Amino acid sequence: MFYALSVVNLEIDEIEISAEVKDISDSSGLSPWQLGMRRFRKGRLGVIALWVVLFYVLVAIFAPFIVRLLNVDPYALDRQAINDFGLPKGPLGSMSWNHPLGVEPGTGRDILGRLIYGTRLSLIIGTVGTVLSTTVGVCLGIVAGLRRGWVDSLISRIGDVALAFPSLLLIIALANPMTQRLESWGVPKGNTAKLTYILTILTIFGWVYMARLVRGQVLSLRERDFVEAARSFGAGTNHLVFKQLLPNLWPQIIIFVAMSLPGYVALEATLSFLGVGFQAPTASWGIMLGDSVRYYRADTAYLFIPGGALLILVLGFNLLADGLRDAFDPRSDRQQL
Amino acid sequence: MFYFIARRSFFAVILLFVVSIFTFWIFSALPADPAALTCGKNCRPEVIEANRIRLGYDKPFIEQYGSYMKGIFVGRTYGEDESGVHCAAPSLGYSYDRHECVSSLVAKTLPVTASIAFGAFVLWMVFGIALGTLAALRRGKWPDHFATVFSVIGISFPSFFLGLLSVLFFVIWTKILPFPNYVGITENPFEWFTALILPWSVLALLSASTYIRLTRNGILEVMNEEFVRLGIAKGLPRKKLIVKYVLRAALTPIATIAGIDLAFLLGGAIVTESVFNLPGLGKLTIAAVVNSDLPILVATTLISALFIVVANAFVDIMYGFLDPRVRTK
Repeated sequence: MFYALSVVNLEIDEIEISAEVKDISDSSGLSPWQLGMRRFRKGRLGVIALWVVLFYVLVAIFAPFIVRLLNVDPYALDRQAINDFGLPKGPLGSMSWNHPLGVEPGTGRDILGRLIYGTRLSLIIGTVGTVLSTTVGVCLGIVAGLRRGWVDSLISRIGDVALAFPSLLLIIALANPMTQRLESWGVPKGNTAKLTYILTILTIFGWVYMARLVRGQVLSLRERDFVEAARSFGAGTNHLVFKQLLPNLWPQIIIFVAMSLPGYVALEATLSFLGVGFQAPTASWGIMLGDSVRYYRADTAYLFIPGGALLILVLGFNLLADGLRDAFDPRSDRQQL
Repeated sequence: MFYFIARRSFFAVILLFVVSIFTFWIFSALPADPAALTCGKNCRPEVIEANRIRLGYDKPFIEQYGSYMKGIFVGRTYGEDESGVHCAAPSLGYSYDRHECVSSLVAKTLPVTASIAFGAFVLWMVFGIALGTLAALRRGKWPDHFATVFSVIGISFPSFFLGLLSVLFFVIWTKILPFPNYVGITENPFEWFTALILPWSVLALLSASTYIRLTRNGILEVMNEEFVRLGIAKGLPRKKLIVKYVLRAALTPIATIAGIDLAFLLGGAIVTESVFNLPGLGKLTIAAVVNSDLPILVATTLISALFIVVANAFVDIMYGFLDPRVRTK
């Protein structure tokens, strides 16, 4: 089958084949994926960023163990560590062996413990939000590009409408009533309902750019000779999508995912900061930051610790995205920073 | 060209219509009863029912939408007796929570948001394009490295964190600036400026990062075009070549994104206004969320959507002027 395909190609377009042969000889038989990974490993900053992100992911996964190992409790109130004004006793937010990063003003909860558990929330929103909106975007983009006609128009117009909404404003405005509505539909109360709401609305507004990107790619790919050839051999839609189109879409999808992840990660903190995300005693960086506004004249450490943790994670994701883009996007000229 | 503008405007109007229907539908389908929210917790049911009728919440959805839209153009009176409240056109509803027409609340807050948005816009465009151009022209040298590092850090900074840090540093530690306390530009231009310089800078630093990248990559791409090589070959001065030909070609796509970014900001710089405690549209929205003040939420959503749709249409039409290929598509 592949032999037959290449013969067809050879007859139709000799120039293209010669270009491919040259490409293969250059890269000593590596797939685009392997080539990209090889280039990625050469960019030092991207690799460092990958380790930083992995560190956060591991902390999030093993949060309960780490917390027990360090003997910090994210939920226990420690009245001994704060004074009558609710401020931590001692310098730097009352850092000590019991509380390595100090305690929260007002409650005396351990900051390190809350920081570790907060990693989970940010990463869950970031990764699940990105995966959901990317999946919906890729599916709708492929459908629009393959089907064309009224299906394409419908999907594109729905996308236009979704983009016309001020998304952050709506996410904030609908947070409380929609969470109540979800609870009345039987979603477990509290954080589960809130998480469901945030992920759903992120998907509703987030799929459009991905879908547009994929649709454009599919529209141009479907006219290419190899897709034409596969179709002329009677390939079904499944074969076209999974064997012909998706392998060519992966690099674009990966770059896009890597670039949108950091935004989603920061969004959880933003929502909690504005008071429409999760509520204490849930451990969230955004809650800590929002809370720190009341205390940051007296207790600066409380602002810097969660803020720094968030900044490093988002920075890590962004540098990782840059590294991946440089490695996988052939048009990108910048090999390293 | 006329046909293109007409088609694009028609599409924008349709889009606005769909968005407004959706907004109205979402907010009317919420579990919150807007009539019950009109008067405190221990409210007599008769009062709630009276208010429901006065505000028109007893009518079917389509009728409510119709009278709302009519109110935008001709104004609207709530209630028929002398206790009725009149909101002049453009009426955007009546906030029972604040006993005020939403339109007058918007009229008070929009100038604040507009001050924030336009100031930040000017700063980030100038700064972003300048640094991006410098990075592209000195590619691989230290300005390029500086721009790259700067932009990746700027993109990564959560806006509220940078805002809090800037208040901490400039207001509390060094006391260079007073705490942001907004006054209108007509009242006291100097105080207006000192209140806004921090929000402007924070917003500009964050947004400039994107524009540095776009400008840098755009210029590098254009530099490879044939007309630039022709310019070099026929001996155009470098300065003239870059300013007149390269920048013009490279900045056109950036204008598109800038227009939409500005529109988003005009709909309420929610985070910035919260951090710096500025009484703009975003702050109005947050307060309305806390008080479940639905009329305000509907209005701010509609206003933001209006800005976005108009900016999109405007940018497309400008694009049509600049690039003839767009028109024929």
